[in-house]
Amino acid sequence: MTSPLQQKIRITGPSVVTANRLRDGAVVYRTAAGEWTTDIGKAAVVSTATEATELLAGAKNDGTRAVDVYIAPVKVDRDGVVPGNLRELIRLRGPTIDLPVTFGV
Amino acid sequence: MPLVKGGRIVADGFTHVEDGAPVPERGAVLVPAARFLADADELLRRDGPVGVIWPNDRAVGELSPYLDRLALVALVFPTYKDGRAYSQARLLRERYGYRGELRATGQVLRDQFVFLIRAGFDAFDVVKQADAEAFEETAKRYSVFFQPTGDGRMTVARKRIARRAPAPAARQDRLRA
Amino acid sequence: MYRYDDFDRTLLAERVKEFRGQVARRLSGELTEDEFKSLRLMNGVYLQLHAYMLRIAIPYGTLSSAQLRRLAYVARTYDRGYGHFTTRQNIQFNWIKLAQLPDAMADLAEAGLHGLQTSGNCVRNITTDQWAGVAPDEIEDPRPWAELIRQHVTLHPEFSFLPRKFKIAVGAAAHDRAALRIHDLALRLHRNGAGEEGFEVMVGGGLGRTPFIAKTIKPFLPKRDVLSYIEAVLRLYNQYGRRDNIYKARIKILVHDKGAEQFAKEVEAEWQSIKDGMLALDQAVFDDIATRFVYPAYETLADDPPELKAALGDPRFATWHGNAVNRHKRPGYAIVTLSLKPIGKPTGDCTADQMDQIADIADRYSFGEIRVGHEQNLVLPHVAQRDLPDLWRALDAAGVATPNVNQISDIIACPGLDYCSLANARAIPVAQNIAKRFSDPKLSQSLGRLHINISGCINACGHHHVGHIGILGVEKNGEEFYQITIGGRADEGAELGTLIGPAVPYAEVADVVEDIAEAYLSLRERPDELFIETFRRVGVEPFKERVYATR
Repeated sequence: MTSPLQQKIRITGPSVVTANRLRDGAVVYRTAAGEWTTDIGKAAVVSTATEATELLAGAKNDGTRAVDVYIAPVKVDRDGVVPGNLRELIRLRGPTIDLPVTFGV
Repeated sequence: MPLVKGGRIVADGFTHVEDGAPVPERGAVLVPAARFLADADELLRRDGPVGVIWPNDRAVGELSPYLDRLALVALVFPTYKDGRAYSQARLLRERYGYRGELRATGQVLRDQFVFLIRAGFDAFDVVKQADAEAFEETAKRYSVFFQPTGDGRMTVARKRIARRAPAPAARQDRLRA
Repeated sequence: MYRYDDFDRTLLAERVKEFRGQVARRLSGELTEDEFKSLRLMNGVYLQLHAYMLRIAIPYGTLSSAQLRRLAYVARTYDRGYGHFTTRQNIQFNWIKLAQLPDAMADLAEAGLHGLQTSGNCVRNITTDQWAGVAPDEIEDPRPWAELIRQHVTLHPEFSFLPRKFKIAVGAAAHDRAALRIHDLALRLHRNGAGEEGFEVMVGGGLGRTPFIAKTIKPFLPKRDVLSYIEAVLRLYNQYGRRDNIYKARIKILVHDKGAEQFAKEVEAEWQSIKDGMLALDQAVFDDIATRFVYPAYETLADDPPELKAALGDPRFATWHGNAVNRHKRPGYAIVTLSLKPIGKPTGDCTADQMDQIADIADRYSFGEIRVGHEQNLVLPHVAQRDLPDLWRALDAAGVATPNVNQISDIIACPGLDYCSLANARAIPVAQNIAKRFSDPKLSQSLGRLHINISGCINACGHHHVGHIGILGVEKNGEEFYQITIGGRADEGAELGTLIGPAVPYAEVADVVEDIAEAYLSLRERPDELFIETFRRVGVEPFKERVYATR
C-alpha cells in the first residue's frame, strides 16, 4: 500500500482537500494553516500535483479531526471558489431536493 | 506485543523460530506451518513443547494427527476484519478436541476479545498495551449470549427455559393460520 | 409482535456501553479510523456525504407504536425531523453526529430498537413479508423463525467478520412478497408432498455489479435443522468466500464459481457433522420465542360491514380502498398499506410528526402495530373493516393515503447522490419527476401494477435489476445518465431486467418512462394484462423501438 506521500496525485485543475469532520460528519475543507473549515472560500486551493500531495499528506495525518480525506476539484470564478462537480456541490449545499421538514424554523 | 493469558499480561514462554533458523534443542518453540509439517514427528519428539503457526487459509484438519502432542496452535488475523481464524478455532476446539493453548495473533484488538474467547482462544498476542491491560474488564463486557459455542456458556434460550414455570400446553396451534 | 425480555434489554444495554467506549476512544485518537470503521458499521453507523447516517433495524419489519414514537423522538432530537424507510425494512437517519450517537442509541435501546449489524460484514437485518402473520396465503407466521435466526446471528463470535455482508430473508407464502431470491440466503417455509412443513433453502442471490437469482440448494429442510444448516452455510462462506476483492466477496460469487451443486454438497458435508449437536432445534427453544409473539385479540366480525359499504359511495374513498386495502386472513379485518410516496415528495421518507400521527392511528385501529415493507411503504396489519372509513380520513390527514400503492408512482428509490457517498447519480429527484408525470390517479390506475426501481449506483440498493422498469444512474463525463431496463421481477418468478438501449441523460428519464408506459398501453391485449405480462408476451423490442425511435 503506497503511502499518500508516495502516491502519484494527478489533478486536472484547481483543487482543494476536503473531508468530513470526525465528530459530526460535516463537510470541511483544509486551510493553508492546517485547520479545517466549513467555508469553501477559506480553503487552500492548489494547482500542482506537488502542492496537492503535500496538502493531502498533512490532512490525512489529522485523523482525530477529519476522516475520508481526498482531493476535490473546484472552479475559481468571480464568485470565488465553488465546487467543481455535482457531487461536491451537493456536499457543500446539501441535497438538491426539498427536505421533508423545514429544519430550524 | 504483549501476550495475554489467564487474563493477565505474561511473558511468552515460546521462542518463535524464524524461517531458515535452526530449532533450539530445548525449550518451547513456535514453528511456522510449512516447517512444522516437513518435520512434524521429529519435532514433536524433541525435549520441550512445540507450537505451530497456522495460516488462516489452510484447513486445520491437516493438524489433526498432531493435536494431542502440540502445546500451542497460533492462528492468524492478518487484519481484524478477516474472520477466518474464528472458524478455525471453533473447529479445533469443538470438532478435533484440541486442548492445548490456542493463541490469537495478528491484528488482535480489544474489540474482538469477547468473540475470540467464545471461539475458543485462550491466549492473545495483543497489538496495543492499553488493550492488553484492559483485557479482564473487556472480557466481561457481555453477559448475554444467544448462540452456543464450545465455551459452554449457557445461552439465553436455555436460561429462559430454565427459569420458566412449566410451559402452557399446545402453543403450536397459535402458529397455524 | 415480539416482546423483549430482560435478556434482550441487557444485551442492548451492554452493546450501547461498548459503543460509548469505542466512540470515546475514537474521538480521543486512541482508535484510528481504520480500527473504528468496522466497529461503527456493525452498529449501523455510516459516513455519508453530509453527515453520519444511522441505520436502525426493524426486525422482520415489525414495529410497535411505542417504537415508532421513539423513532420520532430520535428524529427530532438528534436529526432533522424525519427518517427514511429502506428496501430492507430498516429506517435511516441522515444527519446524525458521531459524538451524540451513544445517547441516541441509549434512547433507542430503551424502546428495544438498535442498529446492531445493520451494516458491516456480518449477518444483516432478517427481512420478511410485510403481511407476515396476517396474509391469507401463508402457512405459518414466518416471524418467529426470523426472530429465532436473528438471535442466533446476533454478535455471533464466528461470523462477525465475514468476507462481506450477508442478507437473510424468510417467507411462508406461495406469493413471495419478501424478494427471497435476491438474498444471500432465503428460507421459504412450505409443505412438502407428504404434508410436512419445512424450508426450501436458497443461496447466492444478490444484486449489484454481478446480479444473481438465488439457487435452491436444499429443497426441503426440516424445521429442527434450520439453525445448524444456516451455521454450515455461514461457516463455508466465512472460510472460502473471497477476501482479496470486495467486488467478488459475496456468497453469490462463491456459489457461482463452485457451482450450486458442488456448493450444496460441501454445505451438506459440514452440516452432517453438526446437525445433531447443540444447534438441533428442540420445540422448547422455538416455543419460548413463539410465545413471546403477541397476537391481537381479534373480534369476531363479518366481512363487508355496513360502515364500509356506505363509505364506498364516496369515490375518493373507493379509489383508496381499491388500491391500499387487502384481504386479511381473519374475517372482518383488512391489511392496509400506507403510501410513503406522495407525488413530488422524497420516496420512503416520513416526518417525525407523521410518525407520531401514525403511531396514534395504529393504537386506535391496528392494535398498536405497524409494518415496514421493502417497497418503502408502511402497513397497518390488523384493521377492522368497519374502521376503514375513519382510518382513511386519519391517514389522509397525515399525508399517507395517496392511492398509488403498487402503481407507477409507487417508486422504490435509493437515497442516491443527494445523500450517499457511493452514488454516481441522483435517484430521488428522478423519482419525483416521474411521479409528477403520472400524478393523475386515473392514468396511474389504468396502468395498473407497475414497479419502478431506481438506484443511484451499481450497488443497486434500489433493486433496479428486479424492477418492472429499472433505472440505474451512471456518470458520463461528469453528467448524470441513466440506464433503463424492463421486465425485472422480485417475486417467485424472480428475473433480472433487460436493458432497452443506451443510457439517457437526467432530463430525459421521465420522458422515457412515459414512452414505455405509452408503449405498454398500446401493446396490451386487454386492460387487465399487466405491464410485466405484456413484456413477457412481446419482449423488449417493441419497447425499445418506441423509446429510441427519436433518440
